[in-house]
Amino acid sequence: MNDRYELNKNLAQMLKGGVIMDVTTPAQAKIAEEAGACAVMALERIPADIRAAGGVSRMSDPKMVKGIQEAVSIPVMAKVRIGHIVEAQILQAIEIDYIDESEVLSPADDTFHIDKTKFDVPFVCGARDLGEALRRIAEGAAMIRTKGEPGTGDIVQAVRHMRLMNQQIRRLQSMREDELFDAAKELQVPYELVRSVHQNGRLPVVNFAAGGVATPADAALMMQLGAEGVFVGSGIFKSGDPAKRARAIVQAVTNYNDPAILAALSEDLGEAMVGINEQEIKLLMAERGV
Amino acid sequence: MNIGVLALQGGFAEHIAALEKLGASVTELRKKDDLRAGLDGLILPGGESTVIGRLLNETGLFAPLRDLLDAGLPVYGTCAGMILLAKKIVDEPAVYFGAIDVSVRRNAYGRQLGSFAATARFDGIGEIPMTFIRAPYIEAAGAGVAVRAVVDGHIVAAECGSVLVTSFHPELTDNLRVHRYFLNKIEAREACA
Repeated sequence: MNDRYELNKNLAQMLKGGVIMDVTTPAQAKIAEEAGACAVMALERIPADIRAAGGVSRMSDPKMVKGIQEAVSIPVMAKVRIGHIVEAQILQAIEIDYIDESEVLSPADDTFHIDKTKFDVPFVCGARDLGEALRRIAEGAAMIRTKGEPGTGDIVQAVRHMRLMNQQIRRLQSMREDELFDAAKELQVPYELVRSVHQNGRLPVVNFAAGGVATPADAALMMQLGAEGVFVGSGIFKSGDPAKRARAIVQAVTNYNDPAILAALSEDLGEAMVGINEQEIKLLMAERGV
Repeated sequence: MNIGVLALQGGFAEHIAALEKLGASVTELRKKDDLRAGLDGLILPGGESTVIGRLLNETGLFAPLRDLLDAGLPVYGTCAGMILLAKKIVDEPAVYFGAIDVSVRRNAYGRQLGSFAATARFDGIGEIPMTFIRAPYIEAAGAGVAVRAVVDGHIVAAECGSVLVTSFHPELTDNLRVHRYFLNKIEAREACA
């Protein structure tokens, strides 16, 4: 098991500096791969449409996921509902490369997340702060992403989550060793993980940004704030020219510190997705599964 | 000694950490201007080869790097880096640098469930830990290519002239011997040049 967990963390390391894109069809998966996605997230509806449609949203049809696995050579991820052990077993059975236990879907369990240590395939989970991130890691997540607010095209929440997580990491780093026990109690996480963050100044797994990224500038902003890569959900295929926007976001993540390149990339991208501000939405997906 | 590490996407930070532990200086390569630093060697890291291949063209790094490789700049490619250096990719038309006469199969061990760790002999180094992540392997190597490691009957490390490739990721382990081997190779070359 330990070996498998290391290999699963290692796969996330290979995704760093990359963009993981939501796709709903094999054709979109091809567009994403050709634009330079380092992985795709296969799902039936992108978050903006889930938000618009309402109702219960669930794991995608395995046949649709398999179609996407056959279409591309890059890793394929798919989402399961928080706490839905069987949806995760099904995705493992079709050899998915990464499972996203995601607040974007309707939670299946309002108390418990999946015990991810029982699985061989890796999991990525969302987090709004360090406590959530370390609880998911304790449960076996091999990769973390900010929750942001999916399907809004509004970056404010992803920024808030990334800043908060990194502030809390810096705070742990500056503590005396005998203060770490109380910090673990406060964060409601195992002491060993707190100690690891104190020593290394980072999460023990790769940390991406997600939820609200719509432009190359948004992606570069998250990288400058410390993200190791970016998920883009609705931002690409809800925009006017998905292929061009996807290519621009990929390049922006590589050269996130170069304003001249970012300026060139931001030109003439056509219409961005129509955003919704956080004050305008009734359902905050980020509040699911803490 | 200054080593350029291609930093477009993937596990480049791990290579940089390994090189710095061995006392080499490192330049991250993200755009053409970064080449002004002057390189004694080059590392192409793991990541997604389709992504890195595309970004090599879009950043304008491909042509100058190919010229440096043609001129004999020592290069080490891990995983995706090996695919970028191979002369042929099985069942695919794409070729990137084509710098070493090997034919590689992408995702040769299948999806993430096929990723594994092993300990095996690397010719010229000895037994080392090897981490394979959705790894390729070499199906066929040309006559001039020296096979450096074989795992389960598949070639996972090879060398020819200035080019070294491995399917596995030594940068994901604590063992620095492959990186040391690469730096020694550069030193030996510079000593007799």
